[in-house]
Amino acid sequence: MLAIDRLHSNQGGMAPTMDTSTEKVMDLHAAVSRFVPDGAHLSIGGFTCNRNPMAAVYELIRQKKTGLHLYAHSNGQGVDELVGSGCVARIEIAYAGTGRFAPTCIRFRKAVESRAVAVEDYSNYQMTLRFLAGAMGVPFMPTRSALGTDIIRRWGFSEQERRSDPRLPDEKLVVMDNPFGAWAETERVVLVPAIRPDVTLLHVQKAGRDGTARIEGLTFADVEQAKAASHVIVTCEELMDAGELRSQPHLNQIPGIIVDAVVHAPHGAYPTACYRYYDYDPAFLNDYLPVLRLRPGLPERLPHRSHGR
Amino acid sequence: MPDYNARELMAVAAARKINDGEIVFCGTGISMLAAMAAKHISAPNSIIIFETGAIDSQLEEIPMAVGDPRVMYGASSNTGLADSFALMQNRTTGRHVVGILGAAQIDKFGNLNSTVVGDYAHPKVRFSGSGGAADVASFVDRTIIFMQHERRKFVSKVDYLTSPGWLDGPAGRRRAGLTGSGPSAVISNLAVMGFDADSREMFLEAYFPGTTPQAVLDHMEFSVDLSRARELEPPTAAELKILREIVDPQRLILGG
Repeated sequence: MLAIDRLHSNQGGMAPTMDTSTEKVMDLHAAVSRFVPDGAHLSIGGFTCNRNPMAAVYELIRQKKTGLHLYAHSNGQGVDELVGSGCVARIEIAYAGTGRFAPTCIRFRKAVESRAVAVEDYSNYQMTLRFLAGAMGVPFMPTRSALGTDIIRRWGFSEQERRSDPRLPDEKLVVMDNPFGAWAETERVVLVPAIRPDVTLLHVQKAGRDGTARIEGLTFADVEQAKAASHVIVTCEELMDAGELRSQPHLNQIPGIIVDAVVHAPHGAYPTACYRYYDYDPAFLNDYLPVLRLRPGLPERLPHRSHGR
Repeated sequence: MPDYNARELMAVAAARKINDGEIVFCGTGISMLAAMAAKHISAPNSIIIFETGAIDSQLEEIPMAVGDPRVMYGASSNTGLADSFALMQNRTTGRHVVGILGAAQIDKFGNLNSTVVGDYAHPKVRFSGSGGAADVASFVDRTIIFMQHERRKFVSKVDYLTSPGWLDGPAGRRRAGLTGSGPSAVISNLAVMGFDADSREMFLEAYFPGTTPQAVLDHMEFSVDLSRARELEPPTAAELKILREIVDPQRLILGG
């Protein structure tokens, strides 16, 4: 067997598919149980206290998913709920925090300190490039970011773990001399490996029944994260007629053909913000720490709001 | 007693370091105060950008995080991380960017740790991680660093080097393959520190009114040159008025 064939046969996860149907609407339970098996490689969109796909996150928790391999750049509340609920085995991330509300995600911190999750650190731009590489179908992207730092030198996942797991690249990253000499005034680059999630979860403002999706405001790396994944679940504030979104295609970022499931989930980013719909909820986010302290057994989630919409 | 608090003084000290026409990369917290204050005080033509994608933001109300939708207010364009970081290293705009960063630990060359205290594999304390800090510190020509002045934070060796300062000295960045310059100033709750043009080691540039150079040293694990130190000019009434009435009237970041 050629190495390349072995690699393909060992990829694991669900085979990428392209869904051209015009009717992808389903409920959250169906979408999550169909596209997110235990152990899935999962990426979640949003940024710290903004547009985290919380409705989908809470559904993962309700379905008691385990062994997830989670990818994010700077994520806050979504990461913390998933990690704190015991859904996550490994996490590759640049920043786990919720801005002023939790400069370091509370349950993430506890899980890393007690080694309940394995963590691999990158920078935000490195993670963005990794999603972009996945979206482009190339194995890596180059950057100068973090040369000379411990992000390059220290690995969270061991070399042995990486080599024995076909879902992980053999190296965390690779530093190499610029193969184009000194072109672009650059002597050296670090190559960061593509991320190829089984599934990406996004919460957006508007989506059509065919999967066409519109993000209003900051897009973060959501578009790259969606395009890198084998499957995409989009939750939305407003479920629209696809024709209405297609009448202004310059405002859409996500083409329907890369989306597998559309879920109508108003307030689906709550307690994080969703621009033009609602702000983050400072009362909830400020209560999060004291509530966790009162219940040291780590609640599955904050019970009073996570089911309600 | 002076009628201002340490945060107000830190924000003003940082704002004074921002030059007119510079592009200011903003993080969460006090760096937003500094960037907003600079626009109103000394650098009306400075540009505020965020890694999350807001370019040339007017910042009407203090955002609580760089991911806060408030960063988009009055921006020239709204993009995402890939575009924003490209702007920071692009040869046209990159050289004008001054990054404002913070960290849990700093060493004498301005290398920053925002990842762990203790061993990486068995951390005593886990922090948020780099976020965009390592990117900014790698790409831009100038950084200003906010720190709390404590012995456990100004350390001989950072437990984890998250964001590159001058690495191991004057040639460190070049050897590692980094372009641009390293940190230019550290602003703490006690002092303003500079970096020597030859050795790239931290020195005491100014101490805050009410403290002394020795008191600053007492809050550090390593020692620095004190010979250039002067007392920092306190914030003027005009600077304080801008900070309190325009920048953060709700005192969300300035505190009580």
